[in-house]
Amino acid sequence: MVPRKFEYFAPTSLKDATSLLKKHGSDAKVLAGGMSLIPVMKLRLGSPAYIVDINRIPGLDYIKVAGKSVSIGALTRHHTIETSKLVRDKLGILAETAGWIGDPQVRNMGTIGGSLSHCDPSGDWGAAILAVRGSVRVKGPSKERVLEIDDFLVDTFTSALKDDEILTEVSVPLPPPRSGGAYVKLERRSGDFATAAVAVQVSLDAKGVCSYAGIGLTALGSKNLRASKAEAALLGNPLTAKAIEEAAEAAAEDAQPTPDPLRGSAEYKTEMARVYTKRGIELAVQRAKKVK
Amino acid sequence: MAKASKQTVSEGLQRVTLTINGKSYSRDVEPRLLLVHFIRDVAELTGTHVGCETSNCGACTIILNGKSVKSCTMFAVQAAGAKIETIEGLAKDGELHPIQNAFWENHGLQCGFCTPGMIMQAYWLLKENPNPTDDEIRMGLTGNLCRCTGYQNIVKSVRAAAKEMR
Repeated sequence: MVPRKFEYFAPTSLKDATSLLKKHGSDAKVLAGGMSLIPVMKLRLGSPAYIVDINRIPGLDYIKVAGKSVSIGALTRHHTIETSKLVRDKLGILAETAGWIGDPQVRNMGTIGGSLSHCDPSGDWGAAILAVRGSVRVKGPSKERVLEIDDFLVDTFTSALKDDEILTEVSVPLPPPRSGGAYVKLERRSGDFATAAVAVQVSLDAKGVCSYAGIGLTALGSKNLRASKAEAALLGNPLTAKAIEEAAEAAAEDAQPTPDPLRGSAEYKTEMARVYTKRGIELAVQRAKKVK
Repeated sequence: MAKASKQTVSEGLQRVTLTINGKSYSRDVEPRLLLVHFIRDVAELTGTHVGCETSNCGACTIILNGKSVKSCTMFAVQAAGAKIETIEGLAKDGELHPIQNAFWENHGLQCGFCTPGMIMQAYWLLKENPNPTDDEIRMGLTGNLCRCTGYQNIVKSVRAAAKEMR
């Protein structure tokens, strides 16, 4: 499998990269980890004339606490996030999500920025970043902007990035004490795209009442979706078995799956949205109760 | 990664210089040349196999700057300046690497097509985690497919290699 010919650039600054993107417009594509883009090019589902490889740009690979948030550079590999002590301690849901992506070799190359920018409805990061209400920083040739993840994820393979913009950073608010998260995924076999997956982040107050709920869905719509009804069913309530069951049923209403000939009918996926939301909330609550 | 060689050598080609198993290779290539083809056709190191070509099977697994990657899902130009290790680099002075030896001793292969990828992935896995459980070995090898063995003896081989290497 050989991709069509293209011209390759490896700029060493964001300034150079964005000006290349500006010059070549929609004929250019950013290459980060390449775990989606290169298969797309090899299968000739897409054949960009210009490839702008951003891996030579320094300073885009980091995980750090910045104020009340954790900031993750766009070129941070999934494996780095999966194994980061900071992430595991503060935002376990992100480490868990990273561990579900592809296989170890893919996680060694693939990046959080690339995955989010690709906007695959079966991508795992979108759901997790929805659950924790993260934001993304994007840089163009002349200005920078910050978008809430809900505004960044537009549609299937469509983000809010303009042709000349690059996602540079993902930022996630540090959760309060008594918070927990989980990413639960149903896949046909190890390393496959999700049949359905659910990201859940909750916080409890001192009395055990839910003070924060974030739920993101994978492979259950035209993009990663926020399960708003399910979140509303949790927020402000003690997380009893009944409340969790009601939220799971609400998540099945939030889901808008299309039938997938390989991974199941819309009916099946809807039912899996319910089952996995229930499991995800239960796990998140368990973890929230252990975190002081 | 190390710095790129940016000069265009002749039209449509780019100079790629990289190191494989300690030896430097340099060639002007099309940007669309996959790294695995650079390794097999330019460096003539054919131990790295091309299996599925769709990033599933892991037969093309190599170590790039210390991390295992699938060399069929990377362009050679991306690896300019990189240090690469392949299956040919494991044996030293005619002595098999402990992982190679463990696959030999434990019948970790039948047809052998997946073996270079399996061994390179195991090599990375044992660097990350020198004392893995069977579950961790299986999870570590999820990106490598074997159609012969049923994996039992591959897991056994990696377990034996881990013990030998500790």
